Amino acid sequence: MTAPLIIFFVLAALAVLGAVSLILQRHPIHSALSLIVVMVALAGLYLLMGAEFVAAVQIIVYGGAIMVLFIFVIMLLNAGLEERTNFSRLATYAGIPLALAVSGLIAAAIVRSGGYLPAPAPSGALTSTKTLSMLLFTEFVYPFELTSFLILVAILGAIVLAQREN
Amino acid sequence: MSEFLTHYAFLIVPIIKIAILVLLVLTVDAYLTWLERKVIAHIQTRWGPYRVGPHGLLQPLADGVKFIFKEDPMPAGVDKIAYFLAPFLTLMLALTSLAVIPFGPQRFTVWGYETHVGIADVNISLLVLFAITALAVYGVALAGWASNNKYSLLGGLRSSAQMISYELALTLSVVGVLLIAGDFSLRGIVEQQAQSGKGLVSWNIFPQIIGFLCFFTAAIAETNRVPFDLPEAESELVAGFHTEYASMKFAMFFIAEYTSMITVSCLCTILFFGGWLSPFPVSWTFTQFLPSVLLIPFGLWMIYDGIRYETIFGRVLLPGVGTALLALGGALLAFPVINGYIQGPFWFLAKVFVFLFVYIWMRGTLPRFRYDQLMSFGWKFLLPVSIANVVLTSVAILIWGKH
Amino acid sequence: MVPTNYYLILSAILFGLGIVAFVFKRNIITLFMAIELMLNAVNLAFVAFSQSLGKPDGEVFVLFVIVVAAAEAAVGLGIIILTARNRHSLNVERVDLLKL
Repeated sequence: MTAPLIIFFVLAALAVLGAVSLILQRHPIHSALSLIVVMVALAGLYLLMGAEFVAAVQIIVYGGAIMVLFIFVIMLLNAGLEERTNFSRLATYAGIPLALAVSGLIAAAIVRSGGYLPAPAPSGALTSTKTLSMLLFTEFVYPFELTSFLILVAILGAIVLAQREN
Repeated sequence: MSEFLTHYAFLIVPIIKIAILVLLVLTVDAYLTWLERKVIAHIQTRWGPYRVGPHGLLQPLADGVKFIFKEDPMPAGVDKIAYFLAPFLTLMLALTSLAVIPFGPQRFTVWGYETHVGIADVNISLLVLFAITALAVYGVALAGWASNNKYSLLGGLRSSAQMISYELALTLSVVGVLLIAGDFSLRGIVEQQAQSGKGLVSWNIFPQIIGFLCFFTAAIAETNRVPFDLPEAESELVAGFHTEYASMKFAMFFIAEYTSMITVSCLCTILFFGGWLSPFPVSWTFTQFLPSVLLIPFGLWMIYDGIRYETIFGRVLLPGVGTALLALGGALLAFPVINGYIQGPFWFLAKVFVFLFVYIWMRGTLPRFRYDQLMSFGWKFLLPVSIANVVLTSVAILIWGKH
Repeated sequence: MVPTNYYLILSAILFGLGIVAFVFKRNIITLFMAIELMLNAVNLAFVAFSQSLGKPDGEVFVLFVIVVAAAEAAVGLGIIILTARNRHSLNVERVDLLKL
């Protein structure tokens, strides 16, 4: 039971608990808080794997901007508790085990195939910011410029959509 | 026993450092409130706290006792999880950001574990600080929303919108420093400024004066201080997002605000003012005695001032503290080894103190922005100026190399 | 060292939980959050593969996924605000007719 394994299990349990809490909570803001917990746990897992820049970007962009956007919208729209559903009970009782069986199937397929992959090492030298930025500006420069254009389109779209009718 | 210590030193030493740092920072927070009240009072030609101890020095203790004994009501209809989480989250994030700040250059070995002055030395300490700044928005937003009060909700939303807007300018204004230093770690940035050994002129402030001004302005807006403190001002919106919080939870917000002030001051000194470097060139070794030269007259003055103080308690305490400072200054002169060790942290703390004084000075002097002026200033002025700073710095580095 | 399979199994579990959340919740905003959870599970798999195979290309792709998720969240939440204003409800079962 080495230290990285213990840390992995703690962070993985935190992520799974956050995801389960997202499903079980009745108020959207508690679901949003659970999702933030999942994202921070995933950032910890990225750090454990040695992907430090991606971990920092995950917290700054996902946890610090996207989820703040969600929380703002929930607060501004005054989303209340979820209403009672008229879903059939059968769907709930058959559906959840089925969904879990699907993920179990994916997991089994992963474990069975693929042979032996070397473990990710928490060293950070492999994918330092320098390497990532070299790749980003030499090999992937076209997708990079496209994403900047995409963000511009998204900003314009959000401004136009959220305007009041005059 | 020593076998156990060496085996687990990697765990025990950081825990001891964390305990020391947290105690130190909480004490400094408490006396920062005293300093703020005294300085603002003197700016407004009055005295400030004067009666609670000699020169009001026990005022923070009295405030602490008040916070502990005050009733902590919980309003009806609050969202319990968010209401309890918000102050705790804010305080936890503010204290965590102090973990990646290096306070001095030395590396020393204790119990076979090689460590440095600072808690964590990571490659991306600057990014960690930005991540914590990004998460700090949640404390404010959740506090405003959980209070079941429309004024709190408005104050919380305004304050979090302000923090998000100025976060962009904050991150961009540091990119110039990163381009010059080539390293994300704070220790690396200071060491890059130490390379030429010429003291004051090699600090990052001179190539990056625009970046420094943008950073400082954006940081004041991030910490919700004057002149950007509309969401929590007393005369607007009742008290903003912490209206419904009383005693201990309010104290947590309060401590978190002062701690983030300290963090921002530490960041300013590390990024732009050379961190623990002395402003004098390294070849001027006689400047090593500057701490003693400052401490000894200060101790003498405290003794002189204290002997003729009004109350008996003051007449005992002030000369006592003065003698202790005198002894410390003398010890520094007598033992050059210790003198060498404290040079770095001394300069660091002196610069942090100057920045904290500037913060408090601005609170006493400037009026506050209106909310729409604040937002337009952040988006229409500060962000373009930061981007221009990045472009200018990159062009300068292309033309002249990393001067 | 943690074997790569552990990370991939965790990614599969999170993806499955995202699907369950997407199918069973009725608030539009919660549905969006389930989508973000699924994107995060995929990011975890990308980073695990990238680190274990030694190529940084996977992490560059993760950066792109995060950026696209941000753009999608912004526009999607704009649409949600408009829909909520028009139909006065955030229940996805009320948005099942083209006519108001």
